[in-house]
Amino acid sequence: MQALNIMVFLILFPLVLAVASLVVRQLSVRRIFAAPANALIAGGSILLLLMSGGEPVFFRVESSIVEHFIMAAEIGMGLLVTYLGLNSKRYFIVLLGAVMTAMTIVFEFIFPPAHAVHHLFIDRFSVIMALLIGILGTLIINYAVGYMAEYHEHHKEVKDRRRFFGFLMYLFLSSMFGLVFSNSLKWMFFFWEITTLCSFFLIGYRNDRESQDSAFRALWMNVLGGIAFSAGVAYLSLSTGIVDLDRMIHAGTPDVMIPAVLLAFAGLVKSAQMPFSTWLTGAMVAPTPVSALLHSSTMVKAGVYLLLKVSPVLNGSPAGICITSIGAITFLFTSFIAVSQSDSKRVLAYSTISTLALIVMCAGVGTANAAWSALLLIIFHAVAKSLLFLCVGVVDYKLDSRDIEDMDFLIVKMPKVAAMMNIGIAGMFLAPFGMVISKAVTLKALVDIHPLLGVALAFGGGAVTFFYTKWMGKTLMVTPAVENKEGAISVWEWVTLVGLAFLTIAVCISFPWISSGLVDPYIASVYGASPTLEKSTLILIVVIMTSLLVIFPIGVMYNSRRRDYRLVGPYLSGVNVDETSFAGAMGRTLHPDTRNYYLARWFGEPILLQGGLLCAGFFIIIMIGVVLL
Amino acid sequence: MNPYDESVTGIVFRVIAYVLLAPLAGGLLAGLDRKVSAWMQGRVGPPVVQPFYDVAKLFSKEKIAVNRFQNFFVFLFFLFMIFTGSLFFAGASILIVVFVLVLASLFFVLAGFSVNSPYSHIGAERELIQMMAYDPAIIILAIGFYVVTGSFNVGSIYQASREGHLILYLPGVFAAYLYVLTIKFRKSPFDLSVSHHAHQEIVRGLTTEFSGPHLALIEMAHWYENILLLGLIYLFFAFNPLIGVGVSLLAYFAEVFVDNAFARVKWQVMFASTWVFTIMAGVSNLIIIHYVLRR
Repeated sequence: MQALNIMVFLILFPLVLAVASLVVRQLSVRRIFAAPANALIAGGSILLLLMSGGEPVFFRVESSIVEHFIMAAEIGMGLLVTYLGLNSKRYFIVLLGAVMTAMTIVFEFIFPPAHAVHHLFIDRFSVIMALLIGILGTLIINYAVGYMAEYHEHHKEVKDRRRFFGFLMYLFLSSMFGLVFSNSLKWMFFFWEITTLCSFFLIGYRNDRESQDSAFRALWMNVLGGIAFSAGVAYLSLSTGIVDLDRMIHAGTPDVMIPAVLLAFAGLVKSAQMPFSTWLTGAMVAPTPVSALLHSSTMVKAGVYLLLKVSPVLNGSPAGICITSIGAITFLFTSFIAVSQSDSKRVLAYSTISTLALIVMCAGVGTANAAWSALLLIIFHAVAKSLLFLCVGVVDYKLDSRDIEDMDFLIVKMPKVAAMMNIGIAGMFLAPFGMVISKAVTLKALVDIHPLLGVALAFGGGAVTFFYTKWMGKTLMVTPAVENKEGAISVWEWVTLVGLAFLTIAVCISFPWISSGLVDPYIASVYGASPTLEKSTLILIVVIMTSLLVIFPIGVMYNSRRRDYRLVGPYLSGVNVDETSFAGAMGRTLHPDTRNYYLARWFGEPILLQGGLLCAGFFIIIMIGVVLL
Repeated sequence: MNPYDESVTGIVFRVIAYVLLAPLAGGLLAGLDRKVSAWMQGRVGPPVVQPFYDVAKLFSKEKIAVNRFQNFFVFLFFLFMIFTGSLFFAGASILIVVFVLVLASLFFVLAGFSVNSPYSHIGAERELIQMMAYDPAIIILAIGFYVVTGSFNVGSIYQASREGHLILYLPGVFAAYLYVLTIKFRKSPFDLSVSHHAHQEIVRGLTTEFSGPHLALIEMAHWYENILLLGLIYLFFAFNPLIGVGVSLLAYFAEVFVDNAFARVKWQVMFASTWVFTIMAGVSNLIIIHYVLRR
């Protein structure tokens, strides 16, 4: 029962905070309460980890009030979408909103659905998700307190709606907790739609033309996914009388195939897979904490969460093959596109989509090995990616640019931020960090199905190494006499950045325990057997990581203290005037300037994006067609 | 004595042998390389041990640096290159070997970036393009071994290779690997980022700002790397040690021949042709063998 109390607390407490952010007018009061409240949520998710055992536990919530409230809220959300469409004269949205409302009404009143046996549940996977939401989510909100003040200094034209912003952020956390604890698909759908609407309002925070367009794009795609979700639940309920997630997965009848594919469709949209990737790249217009939240622990992770939940049903089916193909296409194309991007947020967005595509590939494959690596990818990606986004957010305002080309000498201008940014980047693709280890396991799981999937990983992986390393290189360029710009970073931002940098390293070192304590029990409970990494590999990871942790500080200290070398200027193809310029022809003083390669001829966004959307769209059609016909 | 001993002593023995002997063998190969090149060009050439003289002399030179951190990166490059090779000869997972190799190469690239010289910068960028070009072929090599032997472990692959003829299953993968070896050995036509010849159009490329003992470390890291790369060739031919060593040496001197016979190409040609060849030879081989072994 204790676990249930914590779960209810985790859903309701952020909701209380959301309302409080809305009604409390004094900024100072909101600030005072933010840190302890965030600590409570994070603590709650850790407590949940300690309180819950390895086996899944289900809870029944006997309350017709909750059912009625959810029904009313769903109709309300449908009407809200319709209104938003009408208000902005986007008639496609009006149509989707009307369909959404009509489906809820028809489903609730004309064909009353089956009742869930268990409404809430907890297993190791939801504990993992809860930890990510609770810890990363609150760290991001913490950061946002410092960041949003600066945001409004930089963007005087944007109306200060920080109370609404706080409301949305906490509501987002609350609904994410609800989503991962729901066993009743009706409940899950309710939370699913809240996250859609929250992200809509957050993306449109700036309220100009561009952000409105992006917000509405995110809205129509995710509402479309929501409609598929709702149709799936309706079909499942009418044909089998099931609305429980666990009963659906274990039903073993062919009837669950159609709902599983519809749910998977909703998951693909939410995890921004091609052909629905454009909503996530458009979401860049939002303030950076929003991007960090959408990309790391919430929203897109909800999509892969659902996909992995229905993955055992799809295992080996043509629909499963289609999902794997969509993942492979998305992985390849988005990794390639990221090579040609110089806006750091866009690079991160494409990298998120490509990592999610790896998880989607694993979900489509549906074996124990694949699911195991998918879970690890979720964890490692969430931590490193939130760190990266938040570093970029800080740099953005100190350098007035988030273009990677403007980040040269970052290690001199902002040494601490640059160091943390490099930890984040290393966390995304470099040994011995977890992402690369999970990639090795993913590769094995995929090659077991078909070597071509491994080939996709080989080529996409090469591109990932390329675009992340050239970014690292830019930030690590050294030049003398550049002003340090780290002074004005608020303590809110520092706490979060340092915390996340620490976490990125910690999840790598604690990898063996995360695997044996959280991931293995879940895989064993769903698939019967759990894969394990070889002990030698585990030891290696920890050894490399620890030795790097020892060598790096010692090396940096040694090289800055002990000066047994003569410092000279670099060779600039002439006589150096000082260390950054040289005397060129006709006695002019020239400053050489260096730029990165973007290989736009091969990796240009326009052509690759179109190609990817078309290929993936093709497989979406096949996936739906093959189940329906 | 069994050359592949799974026990701890066996592993320790092989790692120590690699750490001590690889620079000797690598240096000798480099010396022979220069001798053979000279012979092809109708010169006498330096003595075979010249590379050792060179490195010894570099160690006695004054230490000059552009900034405080560049030489730290070089040191890490050297350290992790030895570590990569040790992992390989210890019999670890080939994927881990490849990933740590990427880490080592990355430190080399970052050293080039950090010095903020335009030549170094272009060299580093080209090195990155080279990495992107050869990376898929090496991963495909690992996948090929896995598809045929059922394991990513160098030890198990070696055992399987001693009993069967891996090369007969993976000729295309082997060809793709030979193709990228030209990049990895820094031979013309693909010696874009750093050339072992005296001068190239971007001065000394990535290594422009490196001199003295740290240039020596870079040189020795390459010796270690070359032995590791030849070890991968040996894995295809482990059924007969003589053939294995013979083919590895043959491959090395074939690269020397290519080096002398071709002019440096643009990076576009290098990159596109490597990926195309990797797909045509390596990927097709993988798919064929997948269906053949399933039958």
